Parts: sequence; C-alpha cells; structure tokens
Amino acid sequence: MKMNRRDFIAIAVVLILSVAGFLVFGRSQKDGGAVRITSGGKVVGTYPLGSDKEIKIPFENGENTVVIKDGSVYMKNADCPDRHCVKQGKISKSGEAIICLPHKLTVEITGGEIDAVAR
Amino acid sequence: MAKRAAKIGVFIALAMILSYLEAILPLNIGIPGVKLGLSNIVVVVSLYSLTVPETAGISLIRILLMGILFGNAVSLVYSLSGGALSLVGMIICKRLRLSVIGVSIVGAVLHNVAQLAAAVVILQSSAIGYYLPILLISGLVTGFLIGIASDRLIFLEKKLNIQQKP
Repeated sequence: MKMNRRDFIAIAVVLILSVAGFLVFGRSQKDGGAVRITSGGKVVGTYPLGSDKEIKIPFENGENTVVIKDGSVYMKNADCPDRHCVKQGKISKSGEAIICLPHKLTVEITGGEIDAVAR
Repeated sequence: MAKRAAKIGVFIALAMILSYLEAILPLNIGIPGVKLGLSNIVVVVSLYSLTVPETAGISLIRILLMGILFGNAVSLVYSLSGGALSLVGMIICKRLRLSVIGVSIVGAVLHNVAQLAAAVVILQSSAIGYYLPILLISGLVTGFLIGIASDRLIFLEKKLNIQQKP
C-alpha cells in the first residue's frame, strides 16, 4: 500500500476533529428531561419525558407519529420513503435526536425544563 | 478525442451503475447515512486519468441523472453539496501530493461533512450535529476501502494504456 506522511496527517486531522466533535456534541450519559419536536426549524412542542404520550405531526401528505413511553422516545410511524427515523429506535439521553430528513422533522431530547407548551 | 469522449461516457455509465448498485444493495450496518460511496471509485480514478474539468463533468452528470431518475429535489441538494465539496477537497489533496488512498479518504469525509451541513440548513436545526463524529469516522473507513480499490484500478489502467501503445 502506497501511503505517505501527508496521508497520515490528513487521517490525524480527521481523528482530531471527530474527537473534538464528540466533546462538543457528545451525548451526555444523563437522562433527558424533555422532548422537543421541531418541524422545518419551528418548535412544534416540548413534552416531558416522564409522562407517556403519543404525538401525531401531520404533513401535507401524511404524518409522523412520535411516542413517549417509559422515559424514552421513538418514532412509531412515518410515511416517508426511507423511514430511517423509525429504524433509529429509542432514544433517552440528553443530546440525542431522531431526524426525519424528508419531513424536516427533528425530535430532540433536552436536559430539563419544558420551555414551550404544545401547540 | 473520440477515445477521450468514449472514456468519459464509460466513466459516467460506470458511476451510475455503482450508484444504482449501492441504492439497491445498501450496506446496512444500522447507522443511517453511512454508505460505502462506490461511485467515488470512478471520480478518484478519473482524477488520475482525465482532467479536472472532465472529472467534475462526470461527477455532475452522474448526480443530475441519478437525481432525475431516482431522487427528488431534496436528495439532489444533498448529493450536489456532497459531490462538490468532496471533489474540491480531493483536487486540493491531489495537488498536495497525498496518495490515492489519502485523496479518497478526504473525499469521503468531506462528502459526509457537506451532507451533514446541508441537513443542518434544510432542517434549520443543529440537532443532527452530534452525528458529525460518526460520519467523520465512517468517512475515514469507507474512504480507505474505496481508496484501495481506486489505487489498484489506476495502476491497472496505466498498465493497460502502456500496453496499447505499440
């Protein structure tokens, strides 16, 4: 394999950036307190992680169903073609997020207080 | 000239086949957004075998055609941003005399970075930011594998060209 010193510098830079990324964006191992749902950049609602709830977010041609159960959140259903968000499974730690790219929907877990009430 | 045009055509066709192959046989390791980037083999080989504008043309035409055939406006934005940043980075790294494997790694990493940046813009949310380290590392691994394949193909192609000349 013909690799040179410059390659290893590039690899080192990527590794350093990813470690930095882990430190900046890293998931805390703390349990989250609230769930914030945004759609196209606007906050749809913030819900406590403690109480079980099923939230339907309608779109022009379908809807996503977010379920809060036993302190964790998952996307129960989505009618986008790839359904990555459904496959992503449950999240419960502060800083984690489920993203639905086709619907521009994010479901984030935040540390604590509920700063907005469901619309 | 005709030989060159034929080569560009073959490269575009090959890039499209590899994109398609990857779409129907996804490398599913349970992390959404992580893929091998098979069609980047064609871009890397092209960088070493054709000119920069020709390579940019091959990459652009592949992205546009795949977008029209199988994608939508949003997926096209992701592909274009990924393809553009990745190509610029690879051209710079090639000038900086990184090896083929190094060039491929930088291409794969920047492709992932650009797509994540596009997602932040489209979602209007940085919630996806925690995904950056995962995508950097996956780019490192996939870029390395694609680099090995590209390196081998560039070697074989050069050998073939020498043998053809009498």
